[in-house]
Amino acid sequence: MTTPPDHSLRSRSGGDPGGTALSTRPPEDDRRPGELTLRELLRWVWRQLTSMRTALILLLLLALAAIPGSVIPQEGVDALKTSNWQTAHPKLTPIYDKLGLFSVYDSVWFSAIYILLMISLVGCILPRTFVYWRGMRAKPPAAPRNLSRLPEHALYSTSDGADAVLERAQQTLRRQRYRISVQDGAISAERGYLREAGNLLFHLSVLVVLVGFGLGSLYGYKGGVIVVKDNGFSNTVSQYDDFDPGSLFSADDMEPFYFKVDDFTADWLTDGPRAGMARGFDASLTYQESLSDPEKSYDLKVNHPLSIGNTDVFLIGHGYAPIITVKDGNGDEVYSGPTVFLPINDTFQSIGVVKAATAEPTQIGLEGEFYPTVSFSKQTGSYYSLFGKPVDPMISMLVYTGDLHMKDGTPQSIYSLDKSDTTMLTKKNGAPYRLDLRPGQSVKLPNGLGTVSFDGLQPWVKIQISQTPGKWIALSGVVAALIGLLGSLFIRPRRIWVRAREEEGGTLVEVAALDRSGGGDLTGLVGDLVASLQRTGKDET
Amino acid sequence: MTDVQWESLSNWAVAAAGTVYFLALLTHLAEWASLRKVPVAAGAAARDSVDIPGGVAVATGPEGTADDGGAQRAAFFGRLGYLLTCLAVAVHFVSLVGRGMAADPNRVPWGNMYEFTLSGTFVVAFLYVALYRKFRLAWMAPIVLAFVLTVLMVAVLWLYAPVAPLTEALSSYWLVIHVVSAIISVGAFTLGGITSALYLVKSRSVTKGGGTTSGYVARLPELAVLDRVSYRLHAFGFPVWTFAVLITGPIWAHQAWSSYWNWDPKEVWAFITWVVYAAYLHARTTAGWKGRNAAILALVGTFTLWFNFIGINYFSTTSQHSYAGAPEVHGTVQAGD
Ligand code: HEM
Repeated sequence: MTTPPDHSLRSRSGGDPGGTALSTRPPEDDRRPGELTLRELLRWVWRQLTSMRTALILLLLLALAAIPGSVIPQEGVDALKTSNWQTAHPKLTPIYDKLGLFSVYDSVWFSAIYILLMISLVGCILPRTFVYWRGMRAKPPAAPRNLSRLPEHALYSTSDGADAVLERAQQTLRRQRYRISVQDGAISAERGYLREAGNLLFHLSVLVVLVGFGLGSLYGYKGGVIVVKDNGFSNTVSQYDDFDPGSLFSADDMEPFYFKVDDFTADWLTDGPRAGMARGFDASLTYQESLSDPEKSYDLKVNHPLSIGNTDVFLIGHGYAPIITVKDGNGDEVYSGPTVFLPINDTFQSIGVVKAATAEPTQIGLEGEFYPTVSFSKQTGSYYSLFGKPVDPMISMLVYTGDLHMKDGTPQSIYSLDKSDTTMLTKKNGAPYRLDLRPGQSVKLPNGLGTVSFDGLQPWVKIQISQTPGKWIALSGVVAALIGLLGSLFIRPRRIWVRAREEEGGTLVEVAALDRSGGGDLTGLVGDLVASLQRTGKDET
Repeated sequence: MTDVQWESLSNWAVAAAGTVYFLALLTHLAEWASLRKVPVAAGAAARDSVDIPGGVAVATGPEGTADDGGAQRAAFFGRLGYLLTCLAVAVHFVSLVGRGMAADPNRVPWGNMYEFTLSGTFVVAFLYVALYRKFRLAWMAPIVLAFVLTVLMVAVLWLYAPVAPLTEALSSYWLVIHVVSAIISVGAFTLGGITSALYLVKSRSVTKGGGTTSGYVARLPELAVLDRVSYRLHAFGFPVWTFAVLITGPIWAHQAWSSYWNWDPKEVWAFITWVVYAAYLHARTTAGWKGRNAAILALVGTFTLWFNFIGINYFSTTSQHSYAGAPEVHGTVQAGD
């Protein structure tokens, strides 16, 4: 192989020490060195912002910025855990709060990074789309003067005429779906235009996903409610236990549905390594999409939500509500009904309270635990639950009398007692007075306070309801991004040049190829083309 | 077969696979030991294609004359090692099937960290065996085997859990698709990470003057080849990871917990991993970041990936990745991702 001397390519490249000196020379107008017009400054900033390097750095920053949110509890993810953490770290909390570390993903700095990234993305996509648009219709670029400078090249000589060789090369390449142009005795061929299209589609889709995600978090809401069996729920804000709306959410967008929990069942595993675990949760609902719609029924299960309009209803938890009745000193029923107890562990040992604020002669508050399958531990001297299934249920509660502050107007949690102005009932020996009741039992309180009875058990379910507008936009965005990505990663854009020159003693044919993607592998491409040119050449002669 | 028999079959198969992996590792070490005295150029590496790495070259190239005995012994050990690895992968597969069949009802074998790790190492080994020819991965053998063996050992010693039915939220066919794709991309990324690490090692020895002509590093493929193989593995893994983490994951999360993206720690780290690999792909086309920096980013990616797979479970208890039955009880992460 010979390498003809080259004049064209080298002169443009290469480190030129004079080049750097040029830029430090004062400009040729009357401005002082270093002074930029605003326009130039803006253009410079824009060019920096939309450079590939900036995109890379912003991506890395985004990854870095996402980390704190996985270590510090987040308000939006687990409010209870967050407030527990805050109580445990009184010194750090104000600082963290200022830095937005309890809601990293809507903090100013996190938003700043991804908004910059988006601007950079737009600034990157737009110009590239124009370039692509023009490039799509342009002819493949003319062959470089010196093909042997390209890493993949080959040279051979043949007795065929130059035109014949080029004609054959054209046929072969056209069959391989190359776009071809012929200039000055050389063929330029190019294929894989869709790679760039895929790349643009991918980056554009990232924006679409963000729009979809943004719509969901701005206009959507998520809320949870505990519904006891046989009770109903209508979809208005006031009926929720916890409600987390997006900042642009409007209550008018809520679907006017209603449902009632008719039954709830679970299968409890009694043996095997997961004994004590439940599966097969099933809440049967009757529901109406709106008051004027007919009633329908639905088996709500885990992984099997109910969709009503653009709202989804999920089963995410369950527990027990002992039916407790309190009669006061006058024999009047002052409290009655299923009382939701919250599970505190996998055995469904649960805690709850009863507030009988209208009881005479004094208000009565009960606070205690519920054990689905009760057992007594001699070690700790207390009851505990063996199993989540209600095989031998029992409640064990303490009694408080006094002012429960129910009438002050300040909202209270239904799961805790305000004990500031109450006294705990004690036995004669000073030990706390405890109510231990199994279903069907009732106990007369001392001092003529009244009676408490445990009448039965109702299951409850925790329902999560969410409205996520834009979720289909986000999903189509990711799917489009994936398609674009596949195109962008696996379509191999390549150029091939074939030049034939008639010289004494034969025709000198040069073939060279260039891969324009990052990971392309041209091995064999040039060889195959040469082989096919030579083969067809022989066939014809 | 009863469930108990399936379970013990699985345990037996894990032990057997571990043993065979170990034998394969020894064989490959013997291969490299025999090659010590054979200079790299003795093989077909002298051919002008950049795609023929030194290690395999000896196994395939008959041109070598310098130390035929060593080269032939190496070729034999190389083939034997590969066959042993194939056998180990097959037995490894049996162990997965056993786990699935031992559960009642039968299920996919990823109910807990032990099973995830078993599946993850299987995919790493399987992808290696499957891509062995296409990417000429012979040089990777000792590292892949050592990696798989180590992680398998960690799984057996520390993560082992008896077969149990899946928690409710995990019984979803979206989970199957999600986990299959996640594990496949974990395999590809891990192989890519190994390649990138070797790239860094080799580039160090090249810049230091690359004195030796035998030895492991000298027999690694050229930097450009390592870089390309690494890119290809990542380019394969990235769309699959995108599919797992940004499509099927959210769909499943939406079904199970009402929210398709909740910034749960597992999700956060899956996102971080995704962004790091996006940065890797960018780095490869950004001047000044090619090669070395890109390889470092790939390793950061591998770290975030495995940290998410195992580590995050020990750092954060807010992960929702399990349906714990009681609404206030989080944290019993039997689920991995
Ligand atoms: C949210 C931000 C971004 C993400 C997640 C992202 C992701 C990716 C990924 C995964 C690739 C590799 C796959 C492919 O070739 O299509 C890629 C390639 C590319 N990105 Fe981005 N990108 C982002 C922003 C940007 C920005 C702001 C720019 C412009 C400065 C940019 C320019 C490019 C270019 C030119 C390529 C093609 C590289 C090649 O030809 O191999 N990207 N991007």
